[in-house]
Amino acid sequence: QSTLVIAEHTTESLTPITLNAISAAKCLGGEVSCLVAGTNCDKVAQELCKVQGVAKILVAQHDAYKGLLPEELTPLILATQKQFNYTHICAGASAFGKGLLPRVAAKLDVAPISDIIEIKSPDTFVRTIYAGNAVCTVKCDEKVKVFSVRGTSFDAAPISGGSAALEKVSAPSPVGQSEWVEQKLSKSDRPELTSAKVVVSGGRGLKSGDNFKLLYDLADQLHAAGKKTRLLIGQRLLLLAPELYIAVGISGAIQHLAGMKDSKTIVAINKDPEAPIFQVADYGLVADLFKVVPELTEALKKK
Amino acid sequence: MAASGLRALVGVKRVIDYAVKVRVKPDKTGVVTDGVKHSMNPFCEIAVEEAVRLKEKKLVSEVIVVSCGPQQCQETIRTALAMGADRGMHVEIPPKDYENLGPFQVAKILAALAKKEGVNLVLLGKQAIDDDCNQTGQMTAALLDWPQGTFASEVTVDGEHLTVEREIDGGLETVQLKLPAVVTADLRLNEPRYATLPNIMKAKKKKIDVMKASDLGVELTSRVKVLSVEDPPQREAGVKVESVDALVAKLKESGHI
Repeated sequence: QSTLVIAEHTTESLTPITLNAISAAKCLGGEVSCLVAGTNCDKVAQELCKVQGVAKILVAQHDAYKGLLPEELTPLILATQKQFNYTHICAGASAFGKGLLPRVAAKLDVAPISDIIEIKSPDTFVRTIYAGNAVCTVKCDEKVKVFSVRGTSFDAAPISGGSAALEKVSAPSPVGQSEWVEQKLSKSDRPELTSAKVVVSGGRGLKSGDNFKLLYDLADQLHAAGKKTRLLIGQRLLLLAPELYIAVGISGAIQHLAGMKDSKTIVAINKDPEAPIFQVADYGLVADLFKVVPELTEALKKK
Repeated sequence: MAASGLRALVGVKRVIDYAVKVRVKPDKTGVVTDGVKHSMNPFCEIAVEEAVRLKEKKLVSEVIVVSCGPQQCQETIRTALAMGADRGMHVEIPPKDYENLGPFQVAKILAALAKKEGVNLVLLGKQAIDDDCNQTGQMTAALLDWPQGTFASEVTVDGEHLTVEREIDGGLETVQLKLPAVVTADLRLNEPRYATLPNIMKAKKKKIDVMKASDLGVELTSRVKVLSVEDPPQREAGVKVESVDALVAKLKESGHI
């Protein structure tokens, strides 16, 4: 039994979800290898060598891997699989992993398993369906198990203490069907939503966009206190599991609750005592947000 | 290839309506579907809308819509026809097989149909809101050996290429794909229209071909088996606090501030 983890990176550094995927791979038992493909992989390969629990780092360098396009990475993974015969292939369930793994699986003639939250045994996985409103356990009898890993469900593998061996793998000839043009990442001194320790989320109770200033002030205050804080505005189907989730003026529609139920602590501020959000909140404050949010910001300042 | 020569195949899935609170069956074999409102998967609606807009811009000459599943899928196909698709195809799946029908089998059907119909664009939703798999588009592209523009927030047709802006973690990415290609729609690609009454009437006259997976040479066996479907662990409601001070005290106690 052996597992290949496909590393996600920005050329400059390893994307954190890769460490969660490595942890999931370690749960399976057997040897864990990591494949790093890119235009210039040295830095990331060195970083990966030190990650605990990884036996081997396979490095494939080619200009065709610019942007880590699935059309180009798939033949590389297939060639690697042919050579090493892994029983499992996985990656983080990010846009990268979700885009890539089903393509690889189809080429291997197997059905993949998406976004797993638990590994019961090497062929039995747990995942959520209906936006987290049900939990499904599946048994996969495919010859190779291909799966993506929900980052918030597995701890990150420690980034020191490892001593993996490096091995070069040759790149198959480029496919040339697709070309990476550009990437526009939202620039912010704030952490990524999915990695924020604290998320302040505002809903309809705020009435107009101008009132979001109230939340920015609160978020800034928490951020200044050394907690990586992000503000979430509007409803996006996002899965968040921060340490602290503050829902302001959110009544708690089903989709919303599904996205944040894994938060460690939930605070809800809403003037409607019957709002569904109070059914999941650890601390609920029934009050007019326009009054109490500034009070809370002030109280945090004084602290 | 002239852009107006593009022909599009759009996949649509019939799912439990997004506003319904799903209930897990007591025997844990799945969720309750009987007597529950079903609709077109919202991401599929976006895919249909995009195909129809491309047709209105004369970049696509024909929009064929396909659904795989029981008889009722024809209602979902009719909805797409009322939105402006030209004709429908229903791949009827017997109930016994439908239980185990996964994205891989659907991808095989879509790839076979894409070849049979000679389309050069397959448009799908990025994922279904029931199984949340997010796989069908990628697998269809793999089976056809076509490039894939997943999680699209903007699609531009430009001669023999598609430029696709994609939603990725923390921002947007632009890729250029050689046609033929598979595109999967994300939430912000467009806002689907409502079908008007005249268009709903017109859609009744449009043709829906019915076929079986075996007619397309697709085997429906699955090697992934659902062992159980359960309720997620419930969070228990905590306490209501009386004031901001009490809230701050609680947050201090639990080490959050």
